[in-house]
Amino acid sequence: MAKIQVSTKINNENVDYLCEPHDTMLDVLRNQLELTGSKESCGSGDCGSCSIILDGELVCSCLMLAAEAEGSKLETIEGMSEGGKLHALQQKFLEKAALQCGICTPGFLMASKALLDHNPSPTETEVRFWLAGNLCRCTGYDKIVKAVLEVADDMKESA
Amino acid sequence: MNEISNKWIGKNTVRPDGAEKVTGRAQYSSDTTMPGMIWGHVLRSPHPHAKIKSINTKKAEALDGVKAVITSKDIVDFPLDKPVILGIQDMRWMCRNVMARDKVLFHGHPLAAVAATTEAIAEEACKLIEVDYEILPWAIDIEDAIKPDAPILHDHIKFNDKPSNIAGTLEHKKGDIKEGFAKADIIIERDFKTEAVHQGYLETHSCLVSVAADGRATIWSSSQGQFMVRAMTSFLTGIPQSNIRAIPAEIGGGFGGKTIVYLEPLATVLSKKTGRPVKIVMNREDTMRASGPTSGSKSKIKIGATKDGKIVAAQGTYYLQAGAFPGSPIRGAVGCSLAPYDIPNAHTFGYDVVSNRCKVAAYRAPGAPIGAYGVECVLDEIAEALKICPLKLRKLNAAKEGTKAVHGPTYPTMGYMETLDAAINHPHYKSQLGKHQGRGVASGFWFNAGGESSAQLNITEDGNVVVTTGHPDIGGSRASIANITAELLGIHHDRVSVLIGDTATIGYSNLTGGSRVLFASAMVVTESAKIVIKQLKQRAAKIWGIDEEAIEWENGEARPAGDNAGNFDPLSLAELAGKATATGGPIGAGYQVNTEGAEGGFATHICDVEVDMDLGIVRVKKYTSIQDVGKAIHPDYVEGQLQGGCAQGIGWALSEEYIYNKQGHLDNTGFLDYRMPVCSDLPMLDTVLIEVPNPKHPQGVRGVGEVPLVPPLAAISNAVYQAIGKRSYSLPMSPPKVLKIIEGN
Repeated sequence: MAKIQVSTKINNENVDYLCEPHDTMLDVLRNQLELTGSKESCGSGDCGSCSIILDGELVCSCLMLAAEAEGSKLETIEGMSEGGKLHALQQKFLEKAALQCGICTPGFLMASKALLDHNPSPTETEVRFWLAGNLCRCTGYDKIVKAVLEVADDMKESA
Repeated sequence: MNEISNKWIGKNTVRPDGAEKVTGRAQYSSDTTMPGMIWGHVLRSPHPHAKIKSINTKKAEALDGVKAVITSKDIVDFPLDKPVILGIQDMRWMCRNVMARDKVLFHGHPLAAVAATTEAIAEEACKLIEVDYEILPWAIDIEDAIKPDAPILHDHIKFNDKPSNIAGTLEHKKGDIKEGFAKADIIIERDFKTEAVHQGYLETHSCLVSVAADGRATIWSSSQGQFMVRAMTSFLTGIPQSNIRAIPAEIGGGFGGKTIVYLEPLATVLSKKTGRPVKIVMNREDTMRASGPTSGSKSKIKIGATKDGKIVAAQGTYYLQAGAFPGSPIRGAVGCSLAPYDIPNAHTFGYDVVSNRCKVAAYRAPGAPIGAYGVECVLDEIAEALKICPLKLRKLNAAKEGTKAVHGPTYPTMGYMETLDAAINHPHYKSQLGKHQGRGVASGFWFNAGGESSAQLNITEDGNVVVTTGHPDIGGSRASIANITAELLGIHHDRVSVLIGDTATIGYSNLTGGSRVLFASAMVVTESAKIVIKQLKQRAAKIWGIDEEAIEWENGEARPAGDNAGNFDPLSLAELAGKATATGGPIGAGYQVNTEGAEGGFATHICDVEVDMDLGIVRVKKYTSIQDVGKAIHPDYVEGQLQGGCAQGIGWALSEEYIYNKQGHLDNTGFLDYRMPVCSDLPMLDTVLIEVPNPKHPQGVRGVGEVPLVPPLAAISNAVYQAIGKRSYSLPMSPPKVLKIIEGN
């Protein structure tokens, strides 16, 4: 079968790729485009390690076909820092030890960014339920939740 | 240790590997590629127990894109009659676990592997391999494996001179339990059951191996020990260790589960056969089915106490699942279960039981949570019967400096009593409970480990520092090593880089496991730093023309030790580094040793739960972990260990379990059905770090990583009892089980 040509925008750069109809977005990101920051921990949409932002919405890239990205805008972890400057969430995760092994971290950062994009001042409960689609086995989530809440607070102060 | 002088020890510095991890640039093993790389896939048994009568790989080999097919014939065989021990593993079992030889012993057991130009073709080719099986009866649970007519997995394993699935036993004895129980006013005896649970590391197993035309192999893989990968791959492929370079990629969690190999030997053989780099990535289903987990168990605990709360005798009998090959963590159950207590008469006994499940792998304090579960629940019942506060009962019987433990050693200085006092005085313990809420407490112990460690500390030409160690960093150990190095050399933390060397660039270092990493790394880094400081003093002595003994090293500078030494301006690390060539050459030193003196760790946990009386759902409302951590070099990452272990314990207690169906297949191989705690399941996890420095360590470090998983099972069980007034004696306390208990069925 002929491959499908897809034109899309990833982290504000125009990207064209060819994919099989069955290729997932995660396959293409990792194996074709060398964007390996998105991780595959389950391949079934249960862990959130492959979280990306598609046209402003948080999605599991393992549950999305690569062909579906035609004409869309994608944000991946590789585009989160700008010009060598870390995003406030990235900086806070480092300062607050909100990661241990780090394999879930790209997914948590994308999910947290999507949360704050939608809801700049979430409650602890809102953070916990929003991030319930992302598994972390190392931290018990405590420091992750605190980091996200602190970034939200910092944003309020600077607004 | 001078607390006042500490500038970096005890500071929450940003980890040296942090920026790469928050930007997605950190390279985990499945992120690695190589020019010309092809893909491997593993064929796994669809049966729990069967003889392999024949394997025909012809059709698979003929498929377009297939480059090689291997079976057990391609892996070095270790005859059953001669043990070949590597650490806690035996190559007889490892060679059969990575590739089944005569029999498949569990659903998911590998029996062939294919390398092909794409992953899809390799997977397709596996389906074309024809295997003729003779299906055998199987045994999944302990009861089925130890009954008289049980199907036998390994004919050569004998117990009481008969073929058996009991592969080994271990016991500890102290005093005379008969006499002890005779003195008891109260004796409580209970049976407990736990299910197999997976470590749940989010990064599945994977590796990339390149065997060059000269036969030299390079392995990139995520493991808890690059030297373990090298040794096991060498054993199983016959390639000498000097021709294998194992490079530790960043590791996405291990918790003990990445202390053995699954894929590396297969990819090595496939790469050798094809002349191409081969990558294999295990999917989540196979990771659940055929790697990890830790044992399910059944146990009987009997404890006797006098009416004033003094424990006079204790007995524990444990059966632990080993999976398909011998080697369950009975040592942890038998050795740790009574370790927090000073008990005059005790007897613990463990059975290692093989059955048609995946071979178990280490999981955070292997065996100890199972051991503590029953003991700490029975203590709760004794406290209630005697109307004594459960923490005070533990205080009455707490082991302390000088106590001879049931498992043998006499304890040095330790902080178990301090954890109990901190728990009693903690606001959590005094807070009010709501409706259908309950509070439970439990304590726990883990041995901790030392072992071989190597470090190299080099001063760069511009006067900064690069430290290389040999233990993969899973939870932030590089940050702690940077803190210690900066402290010892008296320089800013930012001037220290910490790297994990590969098997060709750093000396032998034992696994990341046993809570050993910071304990051992700190020792070899400290010794390296001492040598480097001596070198720096020698260089300053040469420049100033005075005796080396007349120089002191302080705040990152060489100074004359006093007025008699002469009047010289201090020489900084950068200045000395700049003059290194003229004063004797490069400055740097390495140190290698088998570290000793890793003393055990103790913790006490307090847990509040709320039970939904209609649905049987148990929710953890409040949790406080209190642990003697020796010295917290990087407090945030120490807290992280406590919080992470506690979360895993909550999963083990409430929602995680391996569920096998009637066909002997694991039914829940995905995260939807194998339910690990998610963010909305948990409250904030409070911690109290008690610092009773380990007297045998230069910075007072004790291992901290494993103890946190020991108390939760009982703490949560005891809390559920307080909430509903009835006890569960098995885990997990899943909603249907709790509902049954509430309804009294």
